[in-house]
Amino acid sequence: MNELTTASQTVGPFVSISFAPSLAGDLTVQGVSGKRVVLHGRVIDGDGAPVGHAAIETWQANAHGKYAHPEDFQEKPLEREFRGFGRVMADERGAYRLVTIEPGCTPGPGGVLQAPHLVVVIFMRGLLKHLTTRVYFPDDTHNAEDPVLKLVPEERRATLIARRVATDANELEWNIVVQGKDETVFFEY
Amino acid sequence: MHDVHSYRKPSPGSQPDYLYPPYKSTVKRAPVQPLVLVPQTISEITGPVFGRNEIAPLDHDLTRQHQSAPLGERMIVNGRVLDDGGCPVANTLVEIWQSNAAGRYRHADDNHDAPLDPNFTGCGRTLTDDAGRYRFVTIKPGAYPWRNHHNAWRPPHIHFSVFGCGFLQRLVTQMYFPGDPLLALDPMYTCIADERARQRLISSFDWENTVPEFAIAYRFDIVLRGRDATPMEK
Repeated sequence: MNELTTASQTVGPFVSISFAPSLAGDLTVQGVSGKRVVLHGRVIDGDGAPVGHAAIETWQANAHGKYAHPEDFQEKPLEREFRGFGRVMADERGAYRLVTIEPGCTPGPGGVLQAPHLVVVIFMRGLLKHLTTRVYFPDDTHNAEDPVLKLVPEERRATLIARRVATDANELEWNIVVQGKDETVFFEY
Repeated sequence: MHDVHSYRKPSPGSQPDYLYPPYKSTVKRAPVQPLVLVPQTISEITGPVFGRNEIAPLDHDLTRQHQSAPLGERMIVNGRVLDDGGCPVANTLVEIWQSNAAGRYRHADDNHDAPLDPNFTGCGRTLTDDAGRYRFVTIKPGAYPWRNHHNAWRPPHIHFSVFGCGFLQRLVTQMYFPGDPLLALDPMYTCIADERARQRLISSFDWENTVPEFAIAYRFDIVLRGRDATPMEK
């Protein structure tokens, strides 16, 4: 018989004392290849109000589509400088900002390529367990065939795709709406 | 192409729902749309790997991070990180944070009228060893009031953040202390349906690892989702 899994609990309001010293808000250190992107947005609750001090973690492949992890067996180059892990805190107005690179495509179920994406988990006071989602990149031709996006009801897919901000080609906006109108799609696995 | 070695779901009843109205903040923060069930891919079964060189020698000892020792009852908290099949989760990052002995966090938003301790930050981090073991030295956190309901008090607890081998094992939880009368009134504790799963959040007195003339030990094992028996077909 399997052991009972430990229950998730909220991070509470003071998580930043632990996470702030180990934030990873800019993954574009020297030597990392790939197109630089600035992903920013707000975390919003069911009243449409900003959620201050949420913690957001991201996980992604490098520009070649390779994860810095022993279970990625692909013959693609690793980049020593690129762990692929982001950790940012939203400020008191719910705003977050992550500087990273656009990852490459990665293998998906049934041999279908996954479009470039970041896995995103969100923690905050009032969340008894974290939420898991993904953010994709606008205008990427692989999005149409992405095996995960395809499982999302069509009318909700837009919640998973960052928006280009006209002023800067590298700037992408993506809001995380935890409840209500335009609620972001969250996944279970 | 290699198969994805997928993770089992958490044990039934072991995890809280997003919406638990006795914990008021869940009401506007729980998603109302159903979660979308998707297959596990290489993106979720992988996750960040941390190295020993990222951990400073005193990161695990919250009583030696300042000039003097913090006030409060010194204690050891130790245990193992395992998966639900009983396999140790080795070399994984464990982070903790907690209030001081008076029940106050070193955080600008904590306005509980209790003293800060200049010798206590309340944060620690360590990597598990090959057997999945971790060990922190700290002081016993205090209870503190919160505004969730009338006369609401959080039982003394330590927040734990664990990464596991892949992002699907990511877990943030809280450790409590045995025999605490506040637990029965605490929505964080009562939000878990399964009584045995609740009990899993309560540490146990650990005489074996108690150090004579130094500190009492508590044991807290953390169980993460385990792997399916065989890699998924196709």
